[in-house]
This record gives sequence, structure tokens and C-alpha cells, in this order.
Amino acid sequence: MLALIPLLPFAGFLVNATLGRRLPKTVTGGLASAVMVLSFLLAVMQVWSLAAMPPESRQVNQTLFTWITAGDFSLDLALRLDALSAVMILVITGIGSLIHIYSTSYMHEETDEAFARFFSYLNLFCFFMLMLVLGSNVLVMFVGWEGVGLCSYLLIGFYYEKKSASDAAKKAFVVNRIGDFAFILGALLLVVTFNSLDFTTIALAAKEMPVEVTFGTLSLITLLMFIGATGKSAQIPLYVWLPDAMEGPTPVSALIHAATMVTAGVYMIGRNAVLFEHAPITMTIVAVVGAATALMAGTIGLVQNDIKRVLAYSTVSQLGYMFLAMGMGAFGAGIFHLMTHAFFKACLFLGSGAVIHALHGEQDIRRMGGLKKHIPITYWTFVIASVAIAGVPGLAGFFSKDEILFETFLHGSQILWGVGVLTSLLTATYMFRLVHLTFHGEERFTATAAHGHGANGPAHAHVADRHHAEEHTAHQPPAARLHDAPGPMAFALIVLAIGSVLAGYTNIPHALGGHLALGTWLEPAFQATNCGQPVTTGELAGIAIEECLPGEEGAAAEDHASLELTLMAVSSLVAFAGIGLATFLWLKRKDIPAQMATQFSGVHKLLLNKYYVDEVYDATIVQPIKMVSQEGLWRGFDVKIVDGAVNGAGYFVSGVSIVLRLLQNGSVKTYAAAIFAGAVAILAFYLWR
Amino acid sequence: MSIGHYLVLSGVLFSIGAAGVFLRKNLITLLLSVEIMLNAVNLAFVAFGRQLGTVDGQIITFFVMTVAAAEAAIGLALVIGLFRHRESLNPEAFTSLKW
Repeated sequence: MLALIPLLPFAGFLVNATLGRRLPKTVTGGLASAVMVLSFLLAVMQVWSLAAMPPESRQVNQTLFTWITAGDFSLDLALRLDALSAVMILVITGIGSLIHIYSTSYMHEETDEAFARFFSYLNLFCFFMLMLVLGSNVLVMFVGWEGVGLCSYLLIGFYYEKKSASDAAKKAFVVNRIGDFAFILGALLLVVTFNSLDFTTIALAAKEMPVEVTFGTLSLITLLMFIGATGKSAQIPLYVWLPDAMEGPTPVSALIHAATMVTAGVYMIGRNAVLFEHAPITMTIVAVVGAATALMAGTIGLVQNDIKRVLAYSTVSQLGYMFLAMGMGAFGAGIFHLMTHAFFKACLFLGSGAVIHALHGEQDIRRMGGLKKHIPITYWTFVIASVAIAGVPGLAGFFSKDEILFETFLHGSQILWGVGVLTSLLTATYMFRLVHLTFHGEERFTATAAHGHGANGPAHAHVADRHHAEEHTAHQPPAARLHDAPGPMAFALIVLAIGSVLAGYTNIPHALGGHLALGTWLEPAFQATNCGQPVTTGELAGIAIEECLPGEEGAAAEDHASLELTLMAVSSLVAFAGIGLATFLWLKRKDIPAQMATQFSGVHKLLLNKYYVDEVYDATIVQPIKMVSQEGLWRGFDVKIVDGAVNGAGYFVSGVSIVLRLLQNGSVKTYAAAIFAGAVAILAFYLWR
Repeated sequence: MSIGHYLVLSGVLFSIGAAGVFLRKNLITLLLSVEIMLNAVNLAFVAFGRQLGTVDGQIITFFVMTVAAAEAAIGLALVIGLFRHRESLNPEAFTSLKW
């Protein structure tokens, strides 16, 4: 039953990948969406039955088969649904379904073949993502982990005829591989240390170990796994691939590079919460890296001009928030933000897709503006999601971000809290800069963006994604042509906008009279417990079943209610300040940003060029590797030594042959003499032996 | 007459034959020299057979004689063919099959 949830999208992938090109778009797109919706319904049923269980024993296990047996090490291909993966599968299948539905409309200008290819990749991605979150051991998770990386590569490079898209795909893949390599090392070290890869077994064993104050094995394992997470979840130093990944079609950016795949690292830390809690050094690193990433990406997002790139940096920044929460030990808050972020960021990306769709491929916000009255549905959903991400009270982002900031203030340092608040200000500012430049103000898209799609039928998003709008020419006033999101796209946008408002109410803090419902629900997943779980596998059999104690949280939280309220007030003020600042700068006094850009041209250039990180990586890592590969390994080792040995053997043989072949002179007598001498020699040998 | 005498005679005949193969410059003489060497060996076989009181030596000798007859026939046929080709019977004239 559990296995059906990932297998349904896989079936969709198989059909679309093999037969898709011969089927009409309604069938391929409909099938891909249908399997996702079915998978979502199944997930809801499963989670429903999970919720009916007592809180401490909420687990559903399904072992498909024994995968590896070597000595006393054995590994099953097993799935496990618990409180944490329940949240994840609902997000993946729910938002995944919406994005599939959106894509049927967004991608409808593609050829049948490309359309089927797109949906087969999308389904395959959902399969791997579900395997990632449902896997009950590190290896199953790793299969999903690599699988989503592959699908990400395929989808970023979906328009592979375009050089920048295939370059971006390669960059994403290579950067991810660097992280994955560390992740593999971490997994191997887990095998060496615990002789198991099962999450529960590891957690139970790690629980018995002392907390590592100094750097030890657990710290090394968790650090390696975190490096894996920085690759997949776009944190410093491996975040560079995510902004480039915007070369993919917009629904891909929404699904993979905002809502699901990039949160895999956060999920992975949550899954190994006990392990990470025993390695405070790693936790500090996680928190600091998260906060630094949040701030850095936020500042870059402030000056970017590509609508999708702003959102990409915003995603990196929000992921930084999640890692900050994880590093603070506030796993519930991190997963909560993951969930709310999935709603509003998917909504923002899909909204940006609708804008790009309406403007036939224009992505530069300097050539937008005034779109509010032309595309009202997109506008309103986009604004709701922006308000949510900015952290205005009452919407999803407010609850999740405040939870993180509160926990940071409570457990951690005030510096990290300050960084978080500053990032919050930046978030509100750049999001409303985006809103104002895109939807408000005067219309700046007149000359460029309106492309006569009446004359040239398939001139929508895909073509536009490929060729930038500069090539297009205008024949008529553009406003007449602008069309708002069509049915399926509007449906996805509206549902996600509603989600962006309501998702926060799953976890109302105590200070506001709530009960942290989601946090309480997730709590058992972050503890090491196997109580109430049927001990079937050999790995778990040796460990005694723990007593099932209800969690003793709640009492402590009440004391901090006033502190939490104060912090909430601060971050609400910050959110409003950010929105006000953006409104002032980019709507009321548009001369100021330009002035500032010239006055602080150094800073502006630094931000516009993303701190020159790509250039620095290129100079310090890419070029030296290229040099070593080209001059050292290729022209040195390969050409001189490997080829030299092979060619040398040939030259040696032919050189010796020049002398030796003179023996074959064609004269019968010489041959007879040789035979005679040989016979004599053999006889002599046996006679005198 | 001990076996030694036969073997000495056999050795002398073999040496004459071998010398003929190496020294003479006529293909027919070469073939004749090979025949002398074969018959030197035959003599040795028969001598050993008599010494040991078995018929094995004589049986082998018959084999050798049969093979030698066949070899002589083929050899002469080749010599005729070679002569038609080059108008010469000198073995040094036939050295084109080399490196």
C-alpha cells in the first residue's frame, strides 16, 4: 500500500517515456496529473490512518525485499511512513499534483514529443522524491537523493538546444555530485560505526553515545552529511547551481527548485535529528552556514533583475532559514518552514510563470510594470504569496519564520537572531520590489514583450523561454494581447495562494493560544524510539523496546510567551518596514534606487555580480582543475605515459624486428643449416646434461 | 662385426649426406644427399634392431623407405617446376620468399 504512493508516478513515467510521443497531449498530461492526484489521495489515506495511531507509535513500515546481505550486514529495500515523512509526502504529492496540472497548460505549446518527455521527467522526479522521503534507511534515501538530482539535471536542461540551459544543467549536476560524494562518505562511515543504515537503528544507537563536545566520529559523519545537504539544498558553499537552474521551465523551478528537491537536505537533517543532536559542533556549523546563506542570498536578491532569479535567491535565502532552525535544534520549526515555504514559493514561481507566459517570455522586471490590471488572478495570488513570505502576521510565512526566530533567540545566539531579522527585512524588501516592478507603476513592456502570437501560433512560454524577447517585434498595442493565466494555471495558483494563507495555522504557537500542532505531531519523529513498533528485522531485534512516554514539552514553552510575543512584534514591524521601504523606493521615489546604485556603485556591482562567487570558483577551482586535467593528466599522463607505453611497445617490437627478420633470407640452405644446428644443439644438450 | 661398425658407417654416410646438402649447388644433388642421410638413419635402425633382436628397426626402415619414395617423387616434381620457372637448378636462385 505504502509502496503504491511512489510507484504510481513511476508507472506514469514508464507510460509517458515509452508511449508518450505517440499519444496526444491531453492523454500524456492527463495521465501524469492523474497518477499524481491518485498518489496524493493515497498519501492522504495513509496519513489519515497514521494519525489514528497513538502518537508515540506512529509508524507504518513496508519491507519490499532484502536488498543487500554481506556477512552480518543486511539492508532491506524498505519504506517507512512516520510523522516526518507524512508531512513530506503530503507536500510532494499535493504541490506536485498542482504543478502537474499547471504544467498541462503552461507547456501546451510544446510538441507532443517534448510534452511527453517533460511529463515523464516530472513523474520520475516525484517517484524519486517520494523514495527519498519514504526510505527507511540511508541507502534507499540515497537512491532517491541521486534520482532527484538526475531529474533536476534532465529538467534544467529540458531546452537542451540552448547552450545556457545545458550548461546550467551540467553545473547543477556537477555541484550536486560534490555534495553527494561527501554524503556517500558519511553513509560509509555510518556503516563502519553502527553496522547499519536503518534510521531507527542508528538513532537508537546514537542515543546511547555521549554528546560529542569535541570533534569526533559523529561530528564527522554529520558534517559529511551536511556537506551533502549543502549541495542538494543550495547552501554556502555549493549554492551556485540553484540560480542558474532557472534555465529550466518555470513549473520545474516551482516543483524541484523551490518546493521539494532543495528541501531534501533539511529533511535529511530532520530524519537524522538524534545523530545531529549528538554533534553540537556540526549543529553550530549548520546554523551559521544557514544564517550566512540566508543573509547573502537575500542581499543578492535585492538587485537582480530577472524575475525568476530573484525568486531563486529568495529560495536560497529561505532554505538558509530552514538550516538555521535545524542547526538550532528546532527541527519542528525547520520542517514547518519547509512546508509553508513550499506553498508560497511554489505559488510565487507559478505566478512568475504566468507573468512570463503572458508576456511571451519576458523575464526582465525592468521591462514589466503595470501588469496588475491585465492579469488580476496572477497579480492577487502573487501578492498573497509575497505577503506570506514577507512575514506579515496572519499568513503562513509569519508563523514559520517567527517560530524559527524565536527558537534561535531562545537556544542560540542573539547574533544569529539578528541575522535572521535582517534577512527578514531583506525578504520583505526584495519581494515587494519584485511585486512593484512587475505589477505596479507604468507599463514598460510596450515595445519589447508583446509578440504577435496570432501570426506565429506556438509562440508561448517555451519558445519564449528559449529566445529572449529582444528578438520579438511588436505590431499592436500589447495590452490587448495580455491574457491572464488559463484555467489549469489559475486553479493551481489559487489553491497555492489559499495554502499560503492557511498553512501557517497548522502550527499556531503557544503565545497566540495555539498548541504547536505540527510541532507536536512531528516531535516523535525526531526522537529515538522504537516503541510500539513491531520488531521484525534482525537489526532491531537486539535493541530493547523502549517504554512509550508521552513527550514532556509544552510546560516550558509557556514561560516564554511574553518573549515570543515581543519577538513577533519585532519581526512583524520588520516585515512592514521592508514592505514600506520597497514601496517607497520602487513606487514612490524611483529616483532613489538609481541614485543609490550610482553612489554605492561598488556595492551595487558586487551584489549584481553575486559577490563574484561564480568567478572566484571559476578561478580557484574550475580553471586549476582544467589546467591540471589538460596539461597534467591529458597532455602529461595520458599522452606521454599511457600512450607512450602503448606506442613504445610497438616501436620496440618493430625496432627489434628490423634486425631479426634478416634471418629469413629465403635461402633453403640457410634454413637447412638452422635445422641442422638446432638438432645438433638439442642432441648435445641431452647428451651432456 | 659389432654394432659399433654399423654405427660408424651410418655416421659417415650421414655426414656425407649432410655435407652434400650444404655444399652442393644443384637441387637434384641436394635431393640425392637427403636420400643418403635417410639411408644412413635406416642403417642405424636396422643395426639396432639386429642388436636388440627385434623387428621394430626393420619396420621403421620400411616406413622411412616408403616416405622417402614419396618425398623423392614430390621433390623431383618441385624441381621440374622450379626449373621451368627460373631455368636454373641452383638453390640460391630461389630466395625471393623472404622479409
